[in-house]
Amino acid sequence: MSDSQIKMIVMPKWGLSMSEGKVVKWLAKEGAKINVGDELLEVETEKIASAVEATDSGTLRRIVGEVDTVYPVKQLLAVIADDSVSDSEIDAFLASYVPPAVDEEGEAEKDAYEYIDLPIGTVRYAKYGDGGKTLLFIHGFGGDLDNWLFNVNTLAENHTVYAVDLPGHGRSVKSLTDASLAGLSKFVLEFMDALSIDSANLVGHSLGGAIAMKTAITAPKRVKTITLIGSAGLGNEINMGYIDGFIGSESRREIKPFLEELFFDRSLVGRQMIDDILKSKRLDNVTDVLRHLADTVFKGGHQAEKLGDAAAASGVPILAIHGTDDHIIPAAHTETLKGKASVHVMGDAGHMVQMEKSKETNKLISDHIH
Amino acid sequence: MARILSMKDAINEALDLEMRRDPTVIIMGEDIAGGAGAQGEEDAWGGVLGVTKGLIGKYGAKRVMDTPLSESAYIGAAVGAAACGLRPVAELMFLDFMGVCFDQIFNQAAKFKYMFGGKAQTPVVIRGMVGGGFRAAAQHSQMLTPLFTHIPGLKVVCPSNAYDAKGLLIQSIRDNDPVIFCEHKNLYTHAVDVPAESYTIPFGEAAISREGKSATIVTYGLMVHRALEAAETLAKEKIDVEVIDLRTLSPIDIDTVVESVEKTGRLVAVDEANPRCSIASDVIASVMEHAFKAMKSAPRAVTAPHTPVPFSPTLEDLYIPSAAAIAEAVRGTMK
Repeated sequence: MSDSQIKMIVMPKWGLSMSEGKVVKWLAKEGAKINVGDELLEVETEKIASAVEATDSGTLRRIVGEVDTVYPVKQLLAVIADDSVSDSEIDAFLASYVPPAVDEEGEAEKDAYEYIDLPIGTVRYAKYGDGGKTLLFIHGFGGDLDNWLFNVNTLAENHTVYAVDLPGHGRSVKSLTDASLAGLSKFVLEFMDALSIDSANLVGHSLGGAIAMKTAITAPKRVKTITLIGSAGLGNEINMGYIDGFIGSESRREIKPFLEELFFDRSLVGRQMIDDILKSKRLDNVTDVLRHLADTVFKGGHQAEKLGDAAAASGVPILAIHGTDDHIIPAAHTETLKGKASVHVMGDAGHMVQMEKSKETNKLISDHIH
Repeated sequence: MARILSMKDAINEALDLEMRRDPTVIIMGEDIAGGAGAQGEEDAWGGVLGVTKGLIGKYGAKRVMDTPLSESAYIGAAVGAAACGLRPVAELMFLDFMGVCFDQIFNQAAKFKYMFGGKAQTPVVIRGMVGGGFRAAAQHSQMLTPLFTHIPGLKVVCPSNAYDAKGLLIQSIRDNDPVIFCEHKNLYTHAVDVPAESYTIPFGEAAISREGKSATIVTYGLMVHRALEAAETLAKEKIDVEVIDLRTLSPIDIDTVVESVEKTGRLVAVDEANPRCSIASDVIASVMEHAFKAMKSAPRAVTAPHTPVPFSPTLEDLYIPSAAAIAEAVRGTMK
């Protein structure tokens, strides 16, 4: 009998900035049979709350993570083992368990955001995982690379994953001369050139989806597949109330109702999420860049370009994922892709479907990429 | 890549960025010149604790002015220069020295816009050190924030960390009203992640430094850290404390405080200032007016005693509100 038959459930790390999380409740009971992908418990961080899923199967033998208690990332919360493992072996394992050392230096080193100088200026990105297939995540209007916090780590278990901050967003340069989809697509290709990424699976959210399509159309050889999540560039409408409200809001109180429009479950908009967004929005020139971007890609309150047909004609395989309760870009826009792409419209999800339905989204991406 | 900067360096960076951006920004004060690139007599300290170090090398003696040891003269000059179109940032070294130039501040700078029918602007920032724990005795250790906050026409800022200090100082310089910018000397070396770019934090928006359900601690400056320490202790006793950092005292974000107390029903106001007519008593009075029905117990104040700051280190440590005293006050509200 070796310890390897005892599998640990630990506090997950969602996004680079997460250092601890609170156990909200256990969704599985001790003694329950667990399959891979089953939801075990709910964890809340300052940023967001979500369920932790099992990555191993077996019996949930012992829960040690107490409800309403905060644990550091990687701290043991429960153990899963086959019934063949005796209780005394579980006891011995728990007794000998040493919590991971808080190695802040090493951890910071490993998980650090990276910066690269491009013609447009300094750009921030993050790289996760190694080998397998190459993915590049492109966030949407007003977002940043942390919009992918529930996706990148899971996909990086088997693949090489990049996520980038678009110009004017996150911690990338705060200027954007060509705010058209063509200009942003050129930026994506320059970013890939700089990192010697020959070709990649592009995953775009919202405006990032439109950029991914534009890139597939103009440089199909550089794009293996595209995944369009709550994507722009498929229809006419865009919720300009949201866009203008996001740009114009200066305080926590003003911006909160707009951010809540992004989600099916509005309670996901927490204090930390709002503070992080305001931190980025309050940098000099960000508001100007966002206004310029909105006036270009959503000129006159409509989406400037519809790219579904041309993207399908490029021959690059398309996966589209949309939430039924998307209040920013209607799910009906995906109908233009029916028969030309793999289209999945999910219930109980809003515009941030990659967060609200991360498990399903990750599985679909994983099956789609080349 | 976190960019960890001390509060002292963040303040220097804010001054540097605004001087680079706007040629009307000048700085003045006692011994503020000096540092990298300076020559001869100008090669002094860059301020008594080096906050303005290196700026004279970049902007020259016309924009980084060493002044005589006469607060009444140079604060008056700064207020006048502001009324005439410059954006002066005057360092008062220890804000305790404001006594000798208070007329220029509360009777002149704070009144111009009001008395001249809104036609005069006075975009002056008066920054300097506040607070105790520095073994600097009764005349260099006071927390006089309530004095400044009392006066209409002045804006009063007191950051608790380097990130807020940079954003609030840039906001202060761009603001068209006189701002008293209070820097706690025991936070100068405290360092957090600070973006390299310019950014602003609006006045009148408190930060929620820690979310909690059981009780609300409202404070600012160094006391935010003591409150967070108390919150950690209390968390082990299953008391889940929310900590609100006011950041600016005038204007004050009482809405965020009231919202929090409506959730927790319990309030502890913490202030390093003396207890009478303090920020703590002001916060408690406002909450009683706006959220009395939400209260589950009587509010409590934790402040310095009604005495000057002692020079004896032992007494000074007892004088400044401790995390233990704050925790005990919160326990008191839980009964």
